[in-house]
Amino acid sequence: MSASDKPASPLKSARLKIWRGTSRDNGRYEEFDVPFEDGDSVLDGLVRIRMQQQPDLAIRFSCFNANVCKECTMLIDGEVQYACIAKLHPGLIQLDPVPNLPVLRDLVTDSLSHKERF
Amino acid sequence: MDELIELATDVLVAGGGAAGMFAAVAAVRNGAKAILIDKNVIGRGGASIMAQMTCAAALGEAEPDDPQLHLADTLEAGRGLCNEDLAALLCEGAPQRIRELEAWKVNWARADDGKINQVKAPGHSRRRCVYVDFLSTGAAICAALRNKVSRNSDIRRLSNVSLTDVVTRDGEAIGVVGFDVESAAPIMIKAPAVVLALGGMTKMFKRTTSPNNLAGEGVGIALRAGARLIDLEFLQFYPNGHLAPRMVGLDPTTWEPTRVKLGGRLLNGNGEEFLQNYGEAQGERYSTTRDALTYAIYKEVESGRGSPHGGVYLSFQHIGESALRAALGPVIDIFKRNNIDLTRQPVEVFPIAHYQMGGVEVDTDMASCVPGLYAAGELAGGANGANRLSGNALPEALVFGERAGEKAARFAARRKSPAWDMSAALPQVELIRAVRGQNEGRGPSPAALMSEIKELMWHKVGPFRTAHALGEAHDRLCAMRERELPGAAVSRERVHNASLVEWFELRNGLLAAEALALSALNRRESRGAHQRDDFPETSAHYEKNQQLSLTNGKLVSSFEGVEA
Repeated sequence: MSASDKPASPLKSARLKIWRGTSRDNGRYEEFDVPFEDGDSVLDGLVRIRMQQQPDLAIRFSCFNANVCKECTMLIDGEVQYACIAKLHPGLIQLDPVPNLPVLRDLVTDSLSHKERF
Repeated sequence: MDELIELATDVLVAGGGAAGMFAAVAAVRNGAKAILIDKNVIGRGGASIMAQMTCAAALGEAEPDDPQLHLADTLEAGRGLCNEDLAALLCEGAPQRIRELEAWKVNWARADDGKINQVKAPGHSRRRCVYVDFLSTGAAICAALRNKVSRNSDIRRLSNVSLTDVVTRDGEAIGVVGFDVESAAPIMIKAPAVVLALGGMTKMFKRTTSPNNLAGEGVGIALRAGARLIDLEFLQFYPNGHLAPRMVGLDPTTWEPTRVKLGGRLLNGNGEEFLQNYGEAQGERYSTTRDALTYAIYKEVESGRGSPHGGVYLSFQHIGESALRAALGPVIDIFKRNNIDLTRQPVEVFPIAHYQMGGVEVDTDMASCVPGLYAAGELAGGANGANRLSGNALPEALVFGERAGEKAARFAARRKSPAWDMSAALPQVELIRAVRGQNEGRGPSPAALMSEIKELMWHKVGPFRTAHALGEAHDRLCAMRERELPGAAVSRERVHNASLVEWFELRNGLLAAEALALSALNRRESRGAHQRDDFPETSAHYEKNQQLSLTNGKLVSSFEGVEA
């Protein structure tokens, strides 16, 4: 099958500094270098890390970069954003779980309605 | 904790998209209690919410129309393989479901005269497709249904629950097994009727419009439960999937409704129109069906006349900025955030895996050949034959979901409470416990295997196929299922263990992908979405549905006449 293997622009590199752990007190930051092309999202970077470096990294998402499921909310450089529309840029980007919700693990918080749980 | 969670209900619905939510609503209004589960979040996790534009229903608001005309168009697009009874059910049931959603506060776009707007999508003979502006149709439907299911105390909703198996006793469905994604605890749900609304397998392709959760698990689970599947070789590639420049924040299917609405021009790498070279009329005509459009784009690129990234151009440069703004509303700002200015530049598009026409073989009650097991939505095969019409996926989800819920509720009421068989359920429960932590730190991760499968399916099981490539794909998928999956490394972590989720996606999804490759190998002709470079003609001999079942761990296929 032809098409689409070429990147649209030369690859650049971002360094994602990601909170890893099961609460805000019990954990540490881990850093990952991710190659990207112009226009790639933070979610693209996180998926790449899961595929190639750290399959255990916990993140929530369902729709992919379409910004309809709204599951990928996180703190990106201190601002609440959707990872699927925030763009990667060269240099350091810090990712934390959203504030005001209990952390389950890594970037996943207890964000579901409790009526949809056991 | 991985202590077993035990639940019971009348109707268990798996999959929280439009079909599953409608099935739950219909089950309880027919007297049943229902549990609705989704691996992600109910009402947000499936493909339905990603649908941007068209939902076909012969309402006759924009111009005179009739469900029989909708049916004729659906059968024509299906290239001889539609189950006519199912297609008729879809077309006849669609108007009622659209009116019902309107009563549930879905704001269908309306014309100045107050009538519901209906547009003519490719392959339809009438202006028939309703929508919600701007490109929000699926999201609006899901919001209304999510509201509906959450207000009904007879529906228990469970998000972040992954289904792994349907439990059977003497060939009949008696419940399900799965696990809680949040805690890795196994879950066993006893239910006299089970509705699978888990969508298709388009996630298994590298270029896909699929959300992250359509790994073909419904296909794998149904096969292992003893259900027959049909026509898996027909997987629709959406012709104008976004290719370049990189765009996020919008579904890659954005361009087709935009092209049809505004009159975008498809051009090859030399800037020339080309559809007329593939039997289509020259100029701005938008009636070309998806299979034909995919064919034209593919062949143009194959002939060396592609765009820089290996697709074709779609240009709106002949359309004024104010007309673009009026038609696209806030969507134009999303393009801007991606540095796409349609008045100055074309975009590049190329086909992208979109929708699975085949699926579980069902009758008009949505019942599979396994008593107690129902399927609805994209997972139900038959209504769309070899090629689905634009706009038929949402009514299929709504109509079939409603039907499955009603029939499952009636079946559950009729059925004497089936004897539960712990010995049938326990091995599935034990598997969940055994897989967590298996080969930790050794072997490939499920994520890495998934990555390889997506490349493999894209390159060897795309819309243009040969026996050689399909055979290679089939053999590799078999090897992965038999050897690499058991050896894959799964984290011991309990909380949100993605490698556990992905291992079970692969357990069912690899079987689904293998079934697709085998079905494609067996159909030695070209028809609709299935094009064989080594058998380029459509053959009357193959005007048949291909049935597939799992017998003693092996996939067995046969061709049967098309049902009346």
